[in-house]
Amino acid sequence: MTRYVTRRILQVVPLLLIISVILFALINLMGDPLASFGGRQRLRAKDRERLTRQLGLDKPILVQYVIWLVGNDWMEVDLDGDGIPDQYGTRQGVLRGDFGKSFVEKRPVLDIIGERVPNTLLLMLTSEVAILVFSLLIGIYSALRQYSVLDYVFTAFSFIGYSMPVFWLALILMYVFAVNFKRWGLPYFPTVGMYDLAVGPTVGQVLWHLILPLVTVSVISIAGYSRYVRAQMLEVINQDYIRTARAKGLPRRMVVLDHALKNAALPLVTIVGMDVPLLLSGAVVTESIFAWPGMGRLFWDAAIDTDIPVLMGILVIISVLVVLFQIITDIAYTFLDPRIRYD
Amino acid sequence: MTATEVTWELFEEEIERPPLTPAQLAWRRFRQHKMAMMGAGLLIAIILYVTAGAFFYSEADANYTDLSIKLSPPSWAHPFGTDLVGRDILARTIYGGQISIVIGILAVVVSLVVGVLIGAMAGFYGGIVDSILMRFTEAIFNIPQLFLLIVLAKFLGGKVPNLQFLGRTFSGSVVVIIGVIGLTSWMYLARIVRASFLSLKEQEFVTAARCLGARNASLIFEHILPNTIAPIIVAATLEVASAIISEAYVSFLGLGVQPPTATWGNMLDQAYHHLETEPWMWFFPGMLILLTVLGINFVGDGLRDALDPRALVEAK
Repeated sequence: MTRYVTRRILQVVPLLLIISVILFALINLMGDPLASFGGRQRLRAKDRERLTRQLGLDKPILVQYVIWLVGNDWMEVDLDGDGIPDQYGTRQGVLRGDFGKSFVEKRPVLDIIGERVPNTLLLMLTSEVAILVFSLLIGIYSALRQYSVLDYVFTAFSFIGYSMPVFWLALILMYVFAVNFKRWGLPYFPTVGMYDLAVGPTVGQVLWHLILPLVTVSVISIAGYSRYVRAQMLEVINQDYIRTARAKGLPRRMVVLDHALKNAALPLVTIVGMDVPLLLSGAVVTESIFAWPGMGRLFWDAAIDTDIPVLMGILVIISVLVVLFQIITDIAYTFLDPRIRYD
Repeated sequence: MTATEVTWELFEEEIERPPLTPAQLAWRRFRQHKMAMMGAGLLIAIILYVTAGAFFYSEADANYTDLSIKLSPPSWAHPFGTDLVGRDILARTIYGGQISIVIGILAVVVSLVVGVLIGAMAGFYGGIVDSILMRFTEAIFNIPQLFLLIVLAKFLGGKVPNLQFLGRTFSGSVVVIIGVIGLTSWMYLARIVRASFLSLKEQEFVTAARCLGARNASLIFEHILPNTIAPIIVAATLEVASAIISEAYVSFLGLGVQPPTATWGNMLDQAYHHLETEPWMWFFPGMLILLTVLGINFVGDGLRDALDPRALVEAK
């Protein structure tokens, strides 16, 4: 097992390097990072030249990548922008945990991202819990009461939910639960931000503001996974060992939860692990709509300003997360299913 | 005498009923799939809506602005209401739908070309080619698609001039979006094509073709590729649905197809600001996206069941 984990982690290193090269090339081609520097005024040619040199954007892209990766404290750089390298750089590079400074906010990228990560994590983890709980509940119910009225209702719901664009769902939810509930004098949900500015970030406020984005992010996944759980349960429940368990007089609850579900839910582990990129993508849209101050929204803002260090930082962190989750999923699988051995 | 006639008749009956081809078998199974037929019906209705609708509303109607009736709610004259500059939303959903569906299909064509080429190369040649191509595929696969879409759409945005086609002007961003979606969604296709190639290239018919002097290109495209067509069709069908949704995402974030060309996605772009007071502005385009995607997903599921080789054996 240790050997397997070590091998996987060693394989990840070149993969992440390739990802970072592709991303770095793409993002540097993306647009002019200096376009938003002068505010409303256009930058003067002289200033533009100076800034380009100071930010190191005049160097070949390969050199820029190396600096991004390992820093520039081993080479002389041109800090005052007069075209003559005069002192050693201060950047440490991503490999030593320095993601550079934001072009726009002039603060370390890690600080900026660090402020947003908890908000995205809050949204994603609660969604993941909601997704698991509801898709298991709906899936098990539909499988046990196959072809019942509620099974058909859930089936219809899941097909529609699965085909729904996230943002349209968000608009509908906002329209019904915020706009119309307000009109009808019912307690209505807020649609913007994480808390009421007048009240401040209390736990109750954040939870109250969390509900609509949470539903938006999780409905589509619940729709897909409940179908999956249903299909898995139906397959398992007709197998011989379930009949044996019933025949020897085990209570129904135990047969379903202990014998059937354990095997049926197993493949769910894989898709939950693979779900991370999907949830993150959903978060970009959801966070933009609900003005939720998370990483998705930060990415969107940074993309508008072509803030290269921030964009790279977010994408690298996401890629690391995605790759890590794949490994964790594979390892979790060996614990859950002893038949699988990787050695 | 009579006996010979009977056998003759039987023989004729057999001539009249030749064994079904795989395509006929698949069609049979597809027809029995209720959901798939429903989805197909839905899709036909939507395609009729966006094509036949063009006979009732000209493109000039779709782009005709009349500020005196801006933001008016649905009425007999404007069944879906009007937008911020008084354009008829019904007419715009017709022309926007054409573009959205065309983007969905052409984006999948792009991703098919890239995905099949990369998957076929990797699976056929194996070794170092396989390692390089698959590492590359895996790397891109690991970046959530929407992030790539945003980066690429911003990179290419505004670089393609407007196009004249069939007497109509299209924003160059249509081409950009097709390319961007196609180039960010080929990874799954590449993987399934590679997997099929890996098992197929070891089979006897490939060795036989090689012995007859077939070149690699002919082996790949004429001998092996036709055998991988079933999973490709299914994946490509479902891919059209996600391409339409991707277009809507990018357009919703304002990086998609630019005016004057309407798409279902960019009709939703401004809708956010009219959430409370003008729900018709975002309801109808979104509903059409939902119905189209629903139809495609149903058809895709039906195709999967119909084209599954194991299912083919069972069907008589």
